[in-house]
Amino acid sequence: MPDGAAPVLDVRDLKTVFHTRSGEVHAVNAVSFALKPGELLGVVGESGSGKSVTMMSLIGLLPTPPAELRGGQVLFDGEDLLKVPDKRLRALRGKRIGFVFQDPMTSLNPVFTVGFQIMEPLRKHMGMTKDQARKRAQELLELVGIPDAARRLKDFPHQFSGGMRQRVMIAIALACDPDVLIADEPTTALDVTIQAQILELMKELRERLGMAVIWITHDLGVIAEIADRVLVMYGGQVVEQAPVAELFGNPQHPYTRALLQTVPSLTGAREERLHVIEGQPPILRAAPQSCPFRDRCTHAFDRCARENPARRPVGPGHDAACFWDAPANRPHHEPKAAIP
Amino acid sequence: MLDMSDARKLVEIRGLKMHFPIFSGLLRRQSGAVKAVDDVSFTIYEGETLGLVGESGCGKSTCGRAVLRLYDVTEGSIRIDGVEIAQADPAQLRGLRPTMQMVFQDPQASLNPRMTLASIIGEPLDEHTKLGKAEKLNRVYELMDAVGLNRAFAHRYPHEFSGGQRQRIGIARALALQPKFIVCDEPIAALDVSIQAQVVNLLEKLQDEFGLTYLFISHDLSMVRHIADRVAVMYLGKIVETAPREALYAAPAHPYTRALLSAVPEPDPRREARKDRIILKGDVPSPANPPKGCNFCTRCPEVMEICREAEPDTFEVTPGQFVACHLYAQTNSEQTAGQAAATEAHKSIQQGD
Repeated sequence: MPDGAAPVLDVRDLKTVFHTRSGEVHAVNAVSFALKPGELLGVVGESGSGKSVTMMSLIGLLPTPPAELRGGQVLFDGEDLLKVPDKRLRALRGKRIGFVFQDPMTSLNPVFTVGFQIMEPLRKHMGMTKDQARKRAQELLELVGIPDAARRLKDFPHQFSGGMRQRVMIAIALACDPDVLIADEPTTALDVTIQAQILELMKELRERLGMAVIWITHDLGVIAEIADRVLVMYGGQVVEQAPVAELFGNPQHPYTRALLQTVPSLTGAREERLHVIEGQPPILRAAPQSCPFRDRCTHAFDRCARENPARRPVGPGHDAACFWDAPANRPHHEPKAAIP
Repeated sequence: MLDMSDARKLVEIRGLKMHFPIFSGLLRRQSGAVKAVDDVSFTIYEGETLGLVGESGCGKSTCGRAVLRLYDVTEGSIRIDGVEIAQADPAQLRGLRPTMQMVFQDPQASLNPRMTLASIIGEPLDEHTKLGKAEKLNRVYELMDAVGLNRAFAHRYPHEFSGGQRQRIGIARALALQPKFIVCDEPIAALDVSIQAQVVNLLEKLQDEFGLTYLFISHDLSMVRHIADRVAVMYLGKIVETAPREALYAAPAHPYTRALLSAVPEPDPRREARKDRIILKGDVPSPANPPKGCNFCTRCPEVMEICREAEPDTFEVTPGQFVACHLYAQTNSEQTAGQAAATEAHKSIQQGD
């Protein structure tokens, strides 16, 4: 991953608010991050942490209303995606920014063949003829490892299994050779053995195509396996950001540390009781004036209630939004005992 | 772990089959059957947790429901607490319900939105006991204390609670009649990671307090490792391996168990980088039309001639570890050879580390 290279996607201070019957919900609060060329950025967080809404906001996929983009910038190739007209955004989506959604059944159209759905972006965005598009579609299906591609193009989505449908979704997202691929929980609906197939495919495709990927998931195991860098989200904001080895080896934010401990391991010592993060994630009725994790945090002190901590550097390429200083010079990978 | 020789068998399942008929054609004749559970046998000892794992569609939930006779089973024997219930009639079953209860996966769908928490938790008491109003409310309060719900919430409705709290309501309801045996069908699958730990700890606490026996159905292998004493692995309607927890995770014997365990991504990039992952090819076949021979033969990395022809028998490869696989049959003349294969499996896993 070239360090210091200009980011392909630069998100600054993104804010998204939903208007609901019971008032405003501040789903995304001043989220900033940059995506470097060719890297795989993992985004982790629990449901409601704002990870999907952030990605939907930045490519204009949220219905407005109820959503409202309240500010920020999304710089992609010198353009601010929040300011460009819808028409321009439509031209970018699917062509230079590909998207893979969680549920491969509901995101494919059941009444069109898979071939038609892969050819659609090719003909719209790339101006290909039907024959060119069909040829390319077949190549794409082969690329994502679907056997007997020529015949399968004529099949409908219900004739594919869940894992195969997700491969089709990936083929569609890759059709126009995008610079950025956004994958929103692409393996959550799949079984582990099928998930392993998709992760393997993804690694291979990245090596061959070299695109930058944003991978949203709540599964820390998946992040550990495929990400280069990780954003941890909580309460609509980024609470920690680090290269993957650094995040798992030296987590700094109390939420990240607690999250890593609540997950039981497949190997290693088995604990009598699981570590627990008490309480519930917050519902953000207003832009947070204090740390959103404070009520569940074991390290919270008076300052956490007075102001919302900004992200500050805590290591090489590593920042966290927390006032609490993790004990300095902690040996690598000792964390289990560190939190009382 | 429990000492199996002394513990009493609370649940004994032998040759359980649950086939759902498929009707087709103009006359809606039965043209086949979905063999959701096909000849499954296992035992659960009093006070232990048996984890039942497998991928979606393998029949684990159907198995859990059939064990409680929520279905009319096709064949087999189900003994719970010494009573044979496989063919029991509804009136007889009703009398037995208090000993066996269930916690469902989706706490949203399994709670009636028009009933208050007190009436949801109190409903089993109405049905099966003759408690007075005040006594009943008291019992509801006790149950709410036991699962960590604030008594002040007794007259609220399910929608006012979060997913984790709703699952606590479901657990309190299951506990109301002081059951001995509870089937937990994916009780944490719908919950967030940080909430899952809360519910699992609660289930463990209640088990210690009330001496409960669990059948814990889940697809989450790391969570099952945490909660279960013994684990049964299901594939396409059959149990392929049953083993004590430590043995299963340290030295899985069935090729499917090995592949399943190696497919779980671990939250540690350094381990991940060194892991030798077994990637299974293809998808699970349909349970309406399972392959001839061993059900796993279409995806098995170690498939042999015989696997496509004959169903494997079950062999005990190490004490308490039962595997249904032809790999262990070849060398079955000497029991030790089976163990050698298991040790080899262990070695390959450790190399994978």
